[in-house]
Amino acid sequence: MDTVDRQSPLSTLLQISPISLILGFFLVLPIGTILIVSFWDYNDFSFFPDFVWTNYSDALGSNVTYKTYLNTLWYAGLTWFFTFIIGFTVAYFLAFHIHTTRWQIVLFLICTIPFWTSNIIRMISWIPFLGRNGVFNTMLQSIGLIDEPLEFLLFSDFSIVLAFVHLYALFMVVPIFNSMMRIDRSFIEAAIDGGANGWQTLTNVVIPLCKPGIAIGSIFVVTLVMGDYITVRLMGGGQRASVGVMMWNEISLLLYPAAAAHAVVLLAVVLIMVSLMMRVVDLKKEL
Amino acid sequence: MKNSTTLTSLSRRDLLKRGSAVALGAAVGSQAITGFPTIWAQNIKNVTLRQFGTGVSNINEIAKKAKEDLGITLEMTALNTDATAQRVVTQPKSFDIADIEYFTLKKVWPSGNMQPMDISKLKYFDKIVGIFKDGRLTPSSKIAQGTAPHTVSFTDGPNSKSFSKSMTNWYTMVPTIYNADTLGIRPDLIGRPINSWTELLNPEFKGKASILNIASIGIMDAAMVCEAMGEVQYGDKGNMTKEEIDKTMAIFTEAKKAGQFRAFWQTFDESVNLMASGEVVIQSMWSPAITKVRSMGLPCIYQPLKEGYRSWGGGLGLSRNLSGLELDAAYEYINWYLSGWVGGLLMRQGYYSAAPETSKLHMSADEWGFWFEGKAAQNDIMDPFGNKLEPKGAKRDGGSFEERMGRVECWNSVMDENRHMVRKWNEFIAA
Repeated sequence: MDTVDRQSPLSTLLQISPISLILGFFLVLPIGTILIVSFWDYNDFSFFPDFVWTNYSDALGSNVTYKTYLNTLWYAGLTWFFTFIIGFTVAYFLAFHIHTTRWQIVLFLICTIPFWTSNIIRMISWIPFLGRNGVFNTMLQSIGLIDEPLEFLLFSDFSIVLAFVHLYALFMVVPIFNSMMRIDRSFIEAAIDGGANGWQTLTNVVIPLCKPGIAIGSIFVVTLVMGDYITVRLMGGGQRASVGVMMWNEISLLLYPAAAAHAVVLLAVVLIMVSLMMRVVDLKKEL
Repeated sequence: MKNSTTLTSLSRRDLLKRGSAVALGAAVGSQAITGFPTIWAQNIKNVTLRQFGTGVSNINEIAKKAKEDLGITLEMTALNTDATAQRVVTQPKSFDIADIEYFTLKKVWPSGNMQPMDISKLKYFDKIVGIFKDGRLTPSSKIAQGTAPHTVSFTDGPNSKSFSKSMTNWYTMVPTIYNADTLGIRPDLIGRPINSWTELLNPEFKGKASILNIASIGIMDAAMVCEAMGEVQYGDKGNMTKEEIDKTMAIFTEAKKAGQFRAFWQTFDESVNLMASGEVVIQSMWSPAITKVRSMGLPCIYQPLKEGYRSWGGGLGLSRNLSGLELDAAYEYINWYLSGWVGGLLMRQGYYSAAPETSKLHMSADEWGFWFEGKAAQNDIMDPFGNKLEPKGAKRDGGSFEERMGRVECWNSVMDENRHMVRKWNEFIAA
């Protein structure tokens, strides 16, 4: 057997070709197509090859775009915050308070049960629960807590963020749990021996060592929320805007080049956000 | 579904691939022996036609009956209104028959992906109502605003991509289904009479109103409201100027910001759920959605309003790629479609048939009286699928065919300022 550094160029090529082909066909090619179409022109019923900047100037020159991005970032921020709190707490409980591997696995599987159904079903099931005459409002009214049903529960920012948190919390739990399991328990003993209290141990030992997990979870949650349209449309009652909804509206009205331009802008924004997160945590080093 | 697909693709492949004597004979036969219906009818038995359209008329019962009567296999795909336009424009080879609305037709016809029909081959052309010929229901009735079907129904020749102003021998689409739309209300939750489009923006229904989020239809409902309020005067609601669009959307944006709307809906089911759950008490709605809410035992009215109706119509168009035997089969199918059975099926759900006379033969006198003439039902009214819709003694909201279709104020449309309208609509949704 040859050692790695003496491999022939041919075998190197063969080794990298499967992944390059897959990425080429399913990543580079589609993104390239979107990029090209974003410069095309269109009319009411068709779009055709051209090289115009109007799609970008329309997208970037409109107040609605900025408002929509702000709105989407707002959803992403809130969702990130709540999934982080929930994800960290759940992972912490599983990693440090459950002492047998068997129970860790059992409880972890229980966390995944809601994810056995489609995310559309999970989302839609909130609607009869939160509605004006829904289960929750009826319950509150029958125990006399409120007189009028709470309208903000459904078709609002509240319901959108609630659904996002419900849908994506597990994406935080898994990587954080994974990092916590790798923490050498003697670090924690050392911290306690050194006189640190619980809070100090958490902030000075556990959280810094969980950074890669937090970063991976955050990347999952933020990119999923930034690209979402169906949650915002269903839970917002079609009245709330997100970048995804804006693109969907354009696609349904046959404005493909305009939607492609928005897609390119969104891609750039998300890449910048991800690279900022990578800057905070050097994933390569930490893993 | 899966079964029928494999079956049909097999039979089609049989024809194409093997090139056997039978298939060849059939293909040659269809060219040479038109006019010998028996042999022809045998030939088209092996044909599969792929049809897509909105959910209202793409129902399996039609495919089943077509198979029985003609032997033609229909593969139906149901899409939403916007998706039908996309399909014609972007995937012209994926369909044989397009079941689309007239305003969609206006948008997609110039793409050249559809071919007109030779009217001399349409058996029931003389039975089609005037709305789809010269735009008049009766010789004295006025022509409504918007994309009235007759303005996009005729073209100059088999290859023309434009519309003809007068009647010609080339029909862009054969009309099949249409209706007059208005607002749906929950009378039990409103508790007083409603008689104007202005009520949609009445602050009394704050947080309990809804409008549909399909730009080209929603803007029409919005215009009916603004005109009724006296806030905007339109030259033609179906073809607004930029200024008229801006004014209309400004009024609705203001109402949205004030919390007038509970939600916007895009699909039939969403409109039913909003109404049935009591989230919304007044909204844009389609006739069968009202029926659906009523069949859940909840009171719901398709409220006739003093300013008139907003109307829509759809029909069947042919793909540019159809030719030979399949084209003949498509004509046969369309003639069959207008011959009455399908019309009866559609009329008994609350739509109108393009050739009502033929549908009458497939409806009971009581059904015809209830749905078409606006008379009180003599017995329980059932839908085509055996569910009870109305009890004995009930009358149709809005009355007879002439009373409803005679009061159409505007047709669903595509405007010259479509791009501007779409942008403004998007801003409204995002506001």
